[in-house]
Amino acid sequence: MKRLALAAALVILAAVPLWVGGTYYVNIASQILLFAIFALGVNVLVGYAGLASLGHAGLFGIAAYAGARVMNDGHGHVAVAAGALAVTLVASAAFAVLALRGTGLGFVMITVALGQIVWGVAYRWISITNGDNGISIKGRPSPLGLSLASPAAFYWATLAVFLVAVASMAIFVASPFGASVRGTRDQPRRMNALGYHVWMIRFLAFLLSGFWSGVAGLLYLYYNQFVSPQVVALTASAEALLMVISGGTATLLGPIVGSALVIVMKNVVSAYIERWNFVLGAIFVAIVVFMPEGLVPGTVRLARWAMAAWRPRAAAPVPAPGGEGGR
Amino acid sequence: MSALAVRGLEKRFGGLRVTAAVDLAVEPGERRLIIGPNGAGKTTLFNLIIGELRPDGGSITLFDRDITRVPSRRRIHLGIARTYQIITLFQGETLLRNVTLSLLGLSRLRWNPFVRLARQEALVARARETLARVALDHLAERPLAQTSYGERRRVEIAMALAQNPRVLLLDEPFAGLSVDERRDVLRLVTSIPRDVTIVMIEHDMDVALDFAERITVLHFGQVVVEGDRGEVVAHPRTKEIYLGE
Amino acid sequence: MSLWLVLAVNSITLGGLLFLLSAGFSLIFGLMKIPNLTHGSFFMLGAYFAVSLIRWGLDFWTAAVVSGLAVAAFGGIVERVILRRLAGAELAQVLVTLGLSFMVADVCLMVWTGDPIQVDTPRALRGSTSMLGVVFPTYRLAISLIAVIFAAALWALLERTRLGAMIRAGVDDPAMARVVGIRVSRLFTIVFSLGAWLAGFAGVIGGPILSVYPGLDQEMLPLALVVVILGGSGNLLGSLVGSFLVGFLYNFGQAMLPELAYVVLFLPMLIVLVLRPQGLFGRQAA
Repeated sequence: MKRLALAAALVILAAVPLWVGGTYYVNIASQILLFAIFALGVNVLVGYAGLASLGHAGLFGIAAYAGARVMNDGHGHVAVAAGALAVTLVASAAFAVLALRGTGLGFVMITVALGQIVWGVAYRWISITNGDNGISIKGRPSPLGLSLASPAAFYWATLAVFLVAVASMAIFVASPFGASVRGTRDQPRRMNALGYHVWMIRFLAFLLSGFWSGVAGLLYLYYNQFVSPQVVALTASAEALLMVISGGTATLLGPIVGSALVIVMKNVVSAYIERWNFVLGAIFVAIVVFMPEGLVPGTVRLARWAMAAWRPRAAAPVPAPGGEGGR
Repeated sequence: MSALAVRGLEKRFGGLRVTAAVDLAVEPGERRLIIGPNGAGKTTLFNLIIGELRPDGGSITLFDRDITRVPSRRRIHLGIARTYQIITLFQGETLLRNVTLSLLGLSRLRWNPFVRLARQEALVARARETLARVALDHLAERPLAQTSYGERRRVEIAMALAQNPRVLLLDEPFAGLSVDERRDVLRLVTSIPRDVTIVMIEHDMDVALDFAERITVLHFGQVVVEGDRGEVVAHPRTKEIYLGE
Repeated sequence: MSLWLVLAVNSITLGGLLFLLSAGFSLIFGLMKIPNLTHGSFFMLGAYFAVSLIRWGLDFWTAAVVSGLAVAAFGGIVERVILRRLAGAELAQVLVTLGLSFMVADVCLMVWTGDPIQVDTPRALRGSTSMLGVVFPTYRLAISLIAVIFAAALWALLERTRLGAMIRAGVDDPAMARVVGIRVSRLFTIVFSLGAWLAGFAGVIGGPILSVYPGLDQEMLPLALVVVILGGSGNLLGSLVGSFLVGFLYNFGQAMLPELAYVVLFLPMLIVLVLRPQGLFGRQAA
């Protein structure tokens, strides 16, 4: 049953450029996918390791800027990707070492500060980042000789990367390491006593999270052909976090749904209302207050409850309302 | 050679001397009971032995190996495990997964991000066996949140037993249990073979005294009485401490 | 020589403003364990309110106090209506303050438009004063003085009044404080409003120097963060020292290494984080 749904979803996703109406929407779909990769990356830390970060746009942006610089220095796309991801991994390691000096809210504050440093550098260190003017690049890679210039072609390339990301996430989640990460979220003290190296687990989770944020950043660079400090602003990190919590943390589907939600809203709302930030803030507040576990778990919970109520057999246990919260 | 020895152990919180020059020597296979009124420093002693707290002075040896400076996460690899007074299990997981996590802590597999945990036959089988030892294998697939308090207390013990410790620290294993549940847990604890040395903290006197061979009485962080059951029960200081000064 | 002096004066001024801003942030974080990401917005909101009040004829200082009160009221409502609902869910509280900061920023943009607004220095404090043979801008001296007065007042509040004792108890050990009978939830509202007032007031008196513009909140918030991380949360001395340290780093950094201004600012914070995570004056976590 699940396989059928998965196969159907794959077909629908692959056919998007064919059924969605026009290049504008294909581009939106590309955005949704690349930001979904970002959200999946953030979710490794927020959902599975239980460490909320408000600085991940910094890693996303570092990948984009690094990629842009390598490219404008005249290197080929393989070098661009390798360079961008290498720089992002180093930055992730640095972020991790610093942020893990704090626990709980201290961690969050440090990630905010780190994200702001990246923003400050992007904005002020004009000799490397060109400041507010940003950096443009020309052209997208041509893997296997196929051009990615058209929206549809770029969409399919992004879809391919997205599928790899989802598959690798699924493997990670089901693996012993994935279980270790979740364990440190739920009972760090006990994990320590059980023989796990809690700091190292968190550090590696951060690296994994940073890696996929970097991949997303690179895709963004190719999509937009331009990167500016706006990409690493606090609002960007907040949007990423919103994607994760609105969809539901600690699930695979959650960040994907969250990304679709935020991107669609952002584009639709921006068409009618000038003040997207206000709406973003309001949604944040509303979701945190009214639906803390996110839309996906909330909907799943309601669906299960509805199905249990439907069946004549009274055996199915009704999950307690109020949920666990994705924390 | 003692299984577990503590010499001159000290711990201070600000001006308060929570553990005061504690000496303890537990022989291999022994069943030791640590008692004392609230605030005597019993759980702190366990925290020090397992490494969650760093002592301000003194030493801890495990089978003659000095573990005072060994990081807490390595101590289980050396054979010492503990249970907690407040249940600290993985709420969102099944009983089987809880015990599997415990086993995983000792295995290199815990760093592996590629294979499927659920497919690790050997590990999962051992987890089931451990659940069987505490008579909970029929509930292996049950989420922890849907088990009773008494069942969770047994899972607490299963978590520690799973790692085949040489020394087992049980922190108030009978707390909050009904009479029947207490009987079950006592049966479980007494069935643990002699190659495991057990040190238990407990408040419930009836059950604990049945179990203990030697008893150490702590008061204000110090050892005040030590001996076998008869000696300790008859000792005037014991009566003083428990009936008020 | 005179460039250094100017920078020094500006640094002390900025330090004074930052103290007013971060003292509130530090108390809120220390007591309520919430990094209040709306704090920068309080600063900006106070400034904008005062702009309107002054336009409607109020004098500078009255506007400053009234703006502070308006921001304090806003803060009190936020705490009472939203944050209290989420008591115990610390991450949720942080996210809410973040969401609110976005909302406030956009509302300010709508009401006061995107153009930077210059606030006039109050007439009595215009010009310069000569002290010890050196000439200082009078207003900047005044701000430094105000900061010192407030530091003393806050110190007196915390060390000498019952309210202060309750706050300190709450920072040290909230559970115990409750047991002893302190109405911790009411304390939270008071502290949150007080912090908001200080931030709003700071925003107003900072107006003549910084002017008011969209993005002011995003500029001030990280500075407050750095101060609290450097100085340790929940303690006044840490905020004081941290504020002046940041004031100097920011101004001298801007002047000498403009491209690296942010790095110069955050580097000490990072160093402190690595070497002493509880901040220079903070208490070590058990």
